Amino acid sequence: MVVESQAQARTPVVTQRATAPDIEAEPIVQIRDLNVFYGTFHAVASVSFDVAANSITALIGPSGCGKSTVLRCINRMNDLVPSARVEGQILYHGVDVNGAKVDPVEVRRRIGMVFQKPNPFPKSIRDNILWGARINGFRGNADELVERSLRQAALWDEVKDKLNQSGLSLSGGQQQRLCIARTIAINPDVILMDEPASALDPISTLKIEDLMRELVRDYTIVIVTHNMQQAARVSDQTVFFSLNERRQGELVEASPTHQLFTNPREQRTEDYITGRFG
Amino acid sequence: MTREAYVHELHGLRDDIVAMSSMIDKALARSVEALRQQDLRLAEDIIRADQEINRVRWDIEERALLLIATQAPMARDLRLISAIIHIATELERMGDHAAGNAKIVIETGNEPLLKPLVDIPRMSDIARSMLSDSISAFINDDADAARAIVDRDDDVDALYNQIYRELLTFMMADPTTINRATHLLWAAHNFERIADRVTNICERVVFAATGQLDELAVSNY
Repeated sequence: MVVESQAQARTPVVTQRATAPDIEAEPIVQIRDLNVFYGTFHAVASVSFDVAANSITALIGPSGCGKSTVLRCINRMNDLVPSARVEGQILYHGVDVNGAKVDPVEVRRRIGMVFQKPNPFPKSIRDNILWGARINGFRGNADELVERSLRQAALWDEVKDKLNQSGLSLSGGQQQRLCIARTIAINPDVILMDEPASALDPISTLKIEDLMRELVRDYTIVIVTHNMQQAARVSDQTVFFSLNERRQGELVEASPTHQLFTNPREQRTEDYITGRFG
Repeated sequence: MTREAYVHELHGLRDDIVAMSSMIDKALARSVEALRQQDLRLAEDIIRADQEINRVRWDIEERALLLIATQAPMARDLRLISAIIHIATELERMGDHAAGNAKIVIETGNEPLLKPLVDIPRMSDIARSMLSDSISAFINDDADAARAIVDRDDDVDALYNQIYRELLTFMMADPTTINRATHLLWAAHNFERIADRVTNICERVVFAATGQLDELAVSNY
């Protein structure tokens, strides 16, 4: 499959509708020997792991260990950092997202992103949903798209009577769900979340987590989180990053979540999740 | 080192298991002595002391649950706390078995012993040695040492069967011995159960060390 530069020339993607990830199936994202440089600084070293379709993968680790850098590589958001350079492969359905013929805009349509700080557009709730969809060639029923996206983001009942109000008038938790709805509206395959709940109160956080477990039936999710209990609660696979002796971010362990938090393979993982530092 | 207070509390729980096992060892030794000497006063003391064992068990469990609720223990810490809760329960039940033997002394102490006790003290010695070694394995997080202990349970089971056959012979030969013989059989059964519970402790030691939860050696009896 080759991703063409025109938005309309899309190969239909068959997504699994399953409540539990099929670990025997071909992974939807495969990261192979990923190295990231910022200028001459070798920030991330030799990272390899797979992401199963319709699963939630959590990336955890101390600050500065490369979790968000790796996440941003998956949909080429690091292209926006002038000094950033990537080596290795990030395969999406077997195609390297950094391939010469690959359109990064199309990559980001299929692999959407939700950020730590909710960032709805300064537009109405309705236009927050429709704007991105129309840019990507949507010509269907706008009302239906708005309702479907907001329902999937568990926000419809709270905003259905005020769709013309500004997205900025919503609470923090609602804004974040609006951002998720906006991402869903352009029908991605994968949703990347960079600490999506760290700016939210505990109740909003749990609502986002419940939403993730609903969304994973239709999407694949990769989440960076500082909250280990959150990673333990929501994810199917957890990937632990840390810094090596050269201060480079590296992957220490990638394991099923139930195993990593009860009986991790690596001592460094054990030390981190039990809080033994120093 | 981070989380000093939490680690200190966790190690405190582990130390309390060791202290509780010493209380059980003492109760077992005294219960054999009470049976051997038909010492009613010692038997009453053992029953009173069992209340303190019960209190220690609940204290350990309560503090373990508090750690789970407040500190979100993971991995080895979580397995250790799970093992602590189960081991405290097994130790408390051993205390009940020792108190059960003390009650047997009270119920039969006014009659002479059928014969000098030989095999019951042997069962007690093996069980106490198994308990001591299992707690050492627990302290040292040593799964292999824990697995090696369980075979000795077969020796305790063999002694129990021997006692059963012997007491059966007494009862068949002389029905007036039935009351004393059945009480002695119950006393022997208490020690047989104590050794079984040490096997359960060994399973929890293996789990804490390795994350594997298995039935250890199946008895031949």
